[in-house]
Order: sequence, then C-alpha cells, then structure tokens
Amino acid sequence: MKYVEEFRDPAAAQAVLAHIKALSDDMGLTAEQPLRIMEICGGHTHAIFRFGLDKLVPPGIEFIHGPGCPVCVLPMARVDECIEIARQPGVILTTFGDAMRVPGAKGSLMQAKAAGADIRMVYSPLDALELARRNPDRQVVFFGLGFETTTPSTALAILQAAREGLGNFTVFCNHILLPPPLRALLQDPLNMIDAFIGPGHVSMVTGTHIYDFIPADYGKPVVVAGFEPLDLLQSVLMVLRQARDGRAEVGNQYARVVPEHGNPVSLKAMAEVYEPRPSFEWRGMGEIDASGLRIRDAFRAFDAEARFAIGYGAPTAREIEEPEGCACGLVMTGRVKPTACPRYGNGCTPETPLGALMVSSEGACAAYWQYGGARALEAAE
Amino acid sequence: MCLGIPGRLVAVADEATLMMVADVSGVRRAVNVACVADGALPGLIGRWALIHVGFAMALIDEDEAERTLEALRSLGEAQEALAMMAEGDRALEGAA
Ligand code: SF4
Repeated sequence: MKYVEEFRDPAAAQAVLAHIKALSDDMGLTAEQPLRIMEICGGHTHAIFRFGLDKLVPPGIEFIHGPGCPVCVLPMARVDECIEIARQPGVILTTFGDAMRVPGAKGSLMQAKAAGADIRMVYSPLDALELARRNPDRQVVFFGLGFETTTPSTALAILQAAREGLGNFTVFCNHILLPPPLRALLQDPLNMIDAFIGPGHVSMVTGTHIYDFIPADYGKPVVVAGFEPLDLLQSVLMVLRQARDGRAEVGNQYARVVPEHGNPVSLKAMAEVYEPRPSFEWRGMGEIDASGLRIRDAFRAFDAEARFAIGYGAPTAREIEEPEGCACGLVMTGRVKPTACPRYGNGCTPETPLGALMVSSEGACAAYWQYGGARALEAAE
Repeated sequence: MCLGIPGRLVAVADEATLMMVADVSGVRRAVNVACVADGALPGLIGRWALIHVGFAMALIDEDEAERTLEALRSLGEAQEALAMMAEGDRALEGAA
C-alpha cells in the first residue's frame, strides 16, 4: 500500500543505518555510554520491536520506552469506575478493544462483560453514536481515552450528538495530554534521557510546537516521527545530527502528515468541548497537574461522570494501590526495562496481565514479551 | 489504538454529516472528513488521508512524502559514494 511499503524499503534502511553507525562511531557512543533516546509513544515502541530496530541500530543508541500509551497509564480506579458505569441498568458501554483487558482493582472490562454487563467493542466513537441512535431506550456510554490524537474524534462525536439532540449518549472522558508527563519526567534530576522521538500522530493534531519547551528549558533534541521503520531510523539520524552539532531543537521527520501548526478543525473541536482538569492521575506516575481533560459545562449532558456521578464527578475520591511487586511506574518512566520487573513472566504475561503495560501491544512489557522478551527471560533462566 | 492507517478517499457518502468512503487496503469504510474538508467533498476524491478511529485526521502530503523518500534515497547514494571513496583509498594504498 502506498506510504507503507515505500517506508519499509530494506535497501534504504541499510543506507540510513550505515549513516547512523558512522555518526555514532564519530561521536564515540558505546553500549556503556550510549545516547539514550526516549520514544515517547507506545506505537513507536511497538514498531521498534516489531521491526527489531533496537537490534539493528549500533550499541551506542539505546531506546528508552516512554509513557505514551494511553491504555497503560490509565489508573485502576478509572477502570473500576468504567465497570461501575457498565453495570448500571440500561447502559451499553462502548470501548476500543485495547481497553478490554486492562486490569482494575475489581477485574477488567472483559471480566465484567463475561459477568453480564453490556460492553461492546467499537472501532470509532461514531459507532457508539450510531448505537445510541438505534437504541433510544438505552444509555450509550463511550469510554473515551487517548492522547491528543484521539481526543478530536470524541469531541466531534459529542458535537454531532449535540447537533442531533441525542439524549442517551455520553462520554466517560479519560483523555490526557502529552506535554505534562514529559515535563514531569524531565524535572526528575535522575532522568537519563538525552533526546526524544515524538509521536507523529499527536503532532498531526497539535503541530510540533508543543515540544518547544524541551529544547528551550531542558536543552534536549526532539524529532517528531512517523511510524514506519524508515521514519524511525531517519528520526534517529536526525536526533544524532543535532546531538553531534550540539543543537537542541524540534525537528519534523513526518512532514507528510504533520503540519507545523497542527490541524485547525481538530484543535477547535477539542477546545470547544474539553478543558483541562486541575490534575489527573497517571498509573505509575501519580497525579500530574493539568494533564487530563474534562468535558466543559456547556456539554454536561454528554458527560458520563456527571450523569452517573462517578470518578472526578463523584463526591469523594478514592485511592487504589498498584499490584504488589510490580515495577510499572519505573518501566513507564523509562528507568528500568520490563525484564527488570520481578513480576515479568512471573505472574504477569499478556494472557494474565498484572499491569497495564502488559496489556496493549503498545505497552513496553507486552512489546518485549511479544518480540523477544520472552526469549530473553528463558535465556536468563 | 493510537495508530492511523493511510487510505484513499474514493466517494462521498453523506455531504451533510461530512462522511466519505475510504479505501483502506482494499476494504471500504465510511469515514468522517470534518478535519480535512475545506470546501466541497468531491474535491477530496482521490486524496490519501491518514485514518484514525473512523476519522480522516490529515491529508497525506504526497509531495512531502516524495521529498522524504528522496532524502532517504540520497542517503543511499551518499553511502555508495563513501563506499567508493573507501574503495579508492584502498586502491591508492595498494598502489603505494
Ligand atoms: S511486567 Fe507486569 S507488573 Fe511488571 S512492569 Fe510490566 S506490566 Fe507492570
């Protein structure tokens, strides 16, 4: 298919790799003293493992996996609340498939569905909207989650529901913003990140300027990247060139999809429907200021938190502990690799995930497991 | 979930709700084009778009894609030139 195959051309990949290797040698990078590049996005983590890019690049380049998987950072309490909504009489809860197996303190959506709750997987929030039209006597709730990439789609769905005057459609909003957790990571003096590869599809919506603070305040290079192997390799090369020249700026490798200033329609819909919450909880990272979005009062009729008085809409908040012995928080913030978690393969596998990083194929632990991590574990035994 | 996939917009489905039909690897699906429609929908027929959860989120800039591929190809050419230079050096050494 166009724009997929072309960006997987092995000959071109070899050429880029040769340049990466030459530059890495020039800069004296080694496995002991590598350049540590955080790929922020779970989609990138997945692609790196799927195409074995971590093995193809020279040992002086180390990928650190970032917190950019919305399913993985979803706190247990939110999953529990979602299940609580799904159990209400007359409710049809709709969700992306990725969220089905995320463990909450009281099980997953999958388990709730098996126990009789009407939970349906959909491809698009528009499918949820259609279900609401076809089932006027039911309450259809869409489990809205995702970064800036996905937020416009639920905003547009809410705007469409408002235009149609649909009274039985709400969104349980768990949308989150990418820059706040990155700032939180960078503020940690122990962070080991030298440079970033930024998620192309977030910037497709927001543009590239959301990362300006990274070179400006922290002096680290950022390159916004596409998702094919050549995109990622070219981005590594662009990061290396910045590092060699002592530059730190925001580069755009994915200009075929990412306009500098983003997509105006998406940005307008997001701003119209959503506003930042004072703070939002991230699994493994705790509460982060202004990192989550909520539905504005003008669209309260479409807010599941308000309708079901739940979550941040509930009178009292609750605290839930992470599973015992898990290293989710450390893995999420790039401090340790999944294989260093005592529960990796020991109670936590994709079939029986303990932490959310093991659930979605975009989670670092699941990516390790699927593409060789399991082998590494066997080899170590 | 956060990934998109390129698809080609092939027909208008419903002008009022900004829906078009996209061909994604041979599979046809209705997608919302609110984010990329800037004028009449028929003008979008034939364009490639990045499709994410039922929405065309961006039009793929084909010239830009070509430029990126061109840059990648020229890396290949540069690599060839470097290889030839190395070859030349070896030849000189051999001659010395
Ligand atoms: S292996 Fe499981 S418990 Fe350990 S960090 Fe990964 S998801 Fe969390």
